[in-house]
Amino acid sequence: MQEPIRIWDIHGGIHPEENKHQSVQHGLETPPLPKRLILPLLQHIGARAEPLVAVGDSVLKGQMIAEANGMVSCPLHAPTSGTITAIGPAPFPHASGLEEWAITLESDGKDQWTTLEPIADYRQLDAPPLLEIIRMAGINGLGGAGFPTAVKLKARPEQKIHTLIINGTECEPYITADDTGMRYRAPEVVAGIEILMHILKPVEVLIGIEDNKPEAIAAMREAVGDKAMQVVVFPTKYPSGGEKQLIQILTGKEVPSGGLPADIGMVCQNIGTMIAIHDAVILGQPLISRITTLTGDALSHPTNVMALIGTPIRDLLEFAGVQPDKLYRLVMGGPMMGFTLQSLDAPVIKTSNCLLAGTSEELPPPPAAQPCIRCGLCSEVCPAILLPQQLHWFALGKDYDQLKRLNLFDCIECGACSYVCPSSIPLVQYYRASKAEIRALELQQHKADHSKQRFEHRLERLEREAEQKELERQARAEKAARMKAAKEQQAVSAASVSGDEQPDVARVEAAKPASLTAEQKQLKIAAATAQMALKKARKQLASNPDSDELKAQIPELEQACEETQRAYDQALGETSVKTTPPPAAGADDDTKRLKIEAAMIRASLKKAERAAGDAPTEEQEKEINALREQVAAAEARLPKDEAPKKPVAGMPANENMKKAKLDAAMAKAELKKAERALAETPDDSTLQEKVEAARVNLTEALKAVEQAEASSTLPPPARERVDKKPVDDTTRQLKTDMAMAKAAFKKAERALQDEPGNGQLETDLAEAKQALDAAAKAFADHMASKETD
Amino acid sequence: MSVVITAIVVLLILALIFGAILGYAAIRFRVEGDPIVDQINALLPQTQCGQCGHPGCKPYAEGIANGGEPINKCPPGGESTIQALADLLDVEVLPLDAEHGEEKPRTVAYIREAECIGCTKCIQACPVDAILGAAKQMHTVIVDECTGCDLCVEPCPVDCIDMVPLPTTPQNWKWDYPLPPQGVIATDRGAL
Repeated sequence: MQEPIRIWDIHGGIHPEENKHQSVQHGLETPPLPKRLILPLLQHIGARAEPLVAVGDSVLKGQMIAEANGMVSCPLHAPTSGTITAIGPAPFPHASGLEEWAITLESDGKDQWTTLEPIADYRQLDAPPLLEIIRMAGINGLGGAGFPTAVKLKARPEQKIHTLIINGTECEPYITADDTGMRYRAPEVVAGIEILMHILKPVEVLIGIEDNKPEAIAAMREAVGDKAMQVVVFPTKYPSGGEKQLIQILTGKEVPSGGLPADIGMVCQNIGTMIAIHDAVILGQPLISRITTLTGDALSHPTNVMALIGTPIRDLLEFAGVQPDKLYRLVMGGPMMGFTLQSLDAPVIKTSNCLLAGTSEELPPPPAAQPCIRCGLCSEVCPAILLPQQLHWFALGKDYDQLKRLNLFDCIECGACSYVCPSSIPLVQYYRASKAEIRALELQQHKADHSKQRFEHRLERLEREAEQKELERQARAEKAARMKAAKEQQAVSAASVSGDEQPDVARVEAAKPASLTAEQKQLKIAAATAQMALKKARKQLASNPDSDELKAQIPELEQACEETQRAYDQALGETSVKTTPPPAAGADDDTKRLKIEAAMIRASLKKAERAAGDAPTEEQEKEINALREQVAAAEARLPKDEAPKKPVAGMPANENMKKAKLDAAMAKAELKKAERALAETPDDSTLQEKVEAARVNLTEALKAVEQAEASSTLPPPARERVDKKPVDDTTRQLKTDMAMAKAAFKKAERALQDEPGNGQLETDLAEAKQALDAAAKAFADHMASKETD
Repeated sequence: MSVVITAIVVLLILALIFGAILGYAAIRFRVEGDPIVDQINALLPQTQCGQCGHPGCKPYAEGIANGGEPINKCPPGGESTIQALADLLDVEVLPLDAEHGEEKPRTVAYIREAECIGCTKCIQACPVDAILGAAKQMHTVIVDECTGCDLCVEPCPVDCIDMVPLPTTPQNWKWDYPLPPQGVIATDRGAL
């Protein structure tokens, strides 16, 4: 026997009436098997379990029917054999009275176990497999909060647990479930503790029990014997059973605010949990039942029962002899921390340690709250050393920042402050509401942060996608350009196969030997036309051999035919002699295409440069350089092809036209000369004839030029002559007449000036004037009539 | 005279030395301040709903910080957001601008899946990628990710999206505040 350890005290605390004796009269009883069990999927803190069965499935007792969903979660097992009849929202023991998802099991009454796999000697196993067994057995804390035990045991893997504390305090009035467990199942409790000791290897194991349970203390002391654990008995005070309070009582250490006992190397477990661990490891049975206290004045047979999880509360109350007329308020849990149940259909769950069926005398409605008188009693009894009065004020004002600053979340909601409040203020309800509000706000904030992150990631993604698309588009364009260039090169190399080392031009020539320039073509056509005309004339002559006209025509036509043929031959000869003939039309197209390509590449280069901006990434830089190279290549291709394009307008000499033009110019000069001579001696008839002849000559020469031009392939010269209206003979005649009349008139005038007063001269002048007017009028009329034509 | 010059020179040297120290410290111990835009953005509900007339919460935060936008244009945030913004920016609390909508309980989008034709329009509209689906496949809303911005309702060509309030479950149920205490004396009850 170790020496008794020192007991510490906690701040505050109260001593409410215990009312524990009613329910410990009949030991631990087993109620009849319920017909229907409701198994909520969420009986623990954490994520809802995931059903493994479907409606209509038959299950055996102890079979897993829902698996843990995530790390902080708990599986669920069938408490008896039967059929699954429903999976869906069902009554749930909760302060809200809301429903919760549950599996409904109709029992078949056989209570047939599934195959169990007990561990013969758990000492052979390491901690992880044992923890896994505890986890798979669906064990969570049976004290009240319901935190999954396996998770709690390794809450701080880096922290060595040196003290294991077993909570047998059960400080809340009326509840005797742990008391009963210790009294009647002490060996199992101790076996469970030993398993935990094997897992945790603690230095010290303390079993804390309040001194109002002498039977339990005796039973535990007997079961512990000389094992390395210590039963510690301390004075009864509410709420010594709080985890942090018990730790303080047994060790004098305080769990830091917001921390876990594991932070100071301790773990606290409930008596009921120890029994469940023993059953899971030694017997292989999952957690399917628990000890629940049925008490209250409305029951004629208050007792403790080994209740199957999921048993409807109504069944249990009937087993305990409920008197419906007396039942005023049904509370799950104790009178201090429990909550009022709104439906008798809700089931017992893993955390239900007590059902308190109170009469109206036992659980009277709370008196109307009065204003706070600032007596300070609440602060005196608070086990967490908070300032309940301040919290109350800030809760009224909904000042959540202040509430957090005053450590509202260290409040264990024990209800001591409400219990002592002379104004009957429901303080705990204020704290619960404030906590819920703060949690909701925090959740909202968390969600906002999460949404923000998602939103930002989405924007980032969209940007990335757009960039990717642009890159792909560019790559495609690049590829297409490259393909085009490759094709071209292929064509060129194919041509070079036939032309070997020949220069480009010769190659093109060789490739298109039959191709003629436009001029050549025209010359050819002209020659053909002349030949046709000649043939036709000859034919006509043959049919009409007496026509002199035709006879005269034929030599002319023969000459014309010869001339055109010569011109064509000359043109052909010139082409073959020329070193830089006009490129074929196809070559022209190639140039165009090359130009377009170069422009496209240049455009994409510009775009890339713009996209890169001032600070291009490495990738962009690479791309730009590649594009630049391409542009250079494209431009290098261009001038080579473009060079032969310039002499396209290379003029073939058109002797015929030249000659005609020369003749025309000469004729013009002759005419002018003759005219001048005529002007000097207007009366010379030979000169007049000469002028007439020169005029005819010029007309003929001009006609010849026109003809030559028509037959020539040269681009027709810009015809300024068009502006000068072609002068017809009548016009010319009229004009000449007019000019002569004018000259006569001027002469007469001069004569009159020399001899003024000469009547004859005056008459002459008048006549000359008349003649001039008439000539001018005739000319004007003629011009007008011509214009209207 | 030389005393004055000496003094000036010494002071000049001292000024240079301290200037150098300050300059170095300014770089070495530079504090990356939390820009006001981020602080404002952190207070906004991040529904990205655009009810304020900005394409998201961050642009509205920028508008408040730089453009002098009023702080009462966020209906999803409601009074509490306005209060928080007023506290942060030290400006008057304004009532929510009704022009931009009114404060409503949080809702989430719900797609009536039988009617969905799989057009992906709602997916493109969702600012937080909370809708799952593919072309010609049924779409559904990831409830936990939905901010209730209702931007997906408008683009739906078959109107199969409803905004439903989140159900109350035992997990998100909240204790009510107790009724305020009754006054014992007449002045407490406001009888005078």
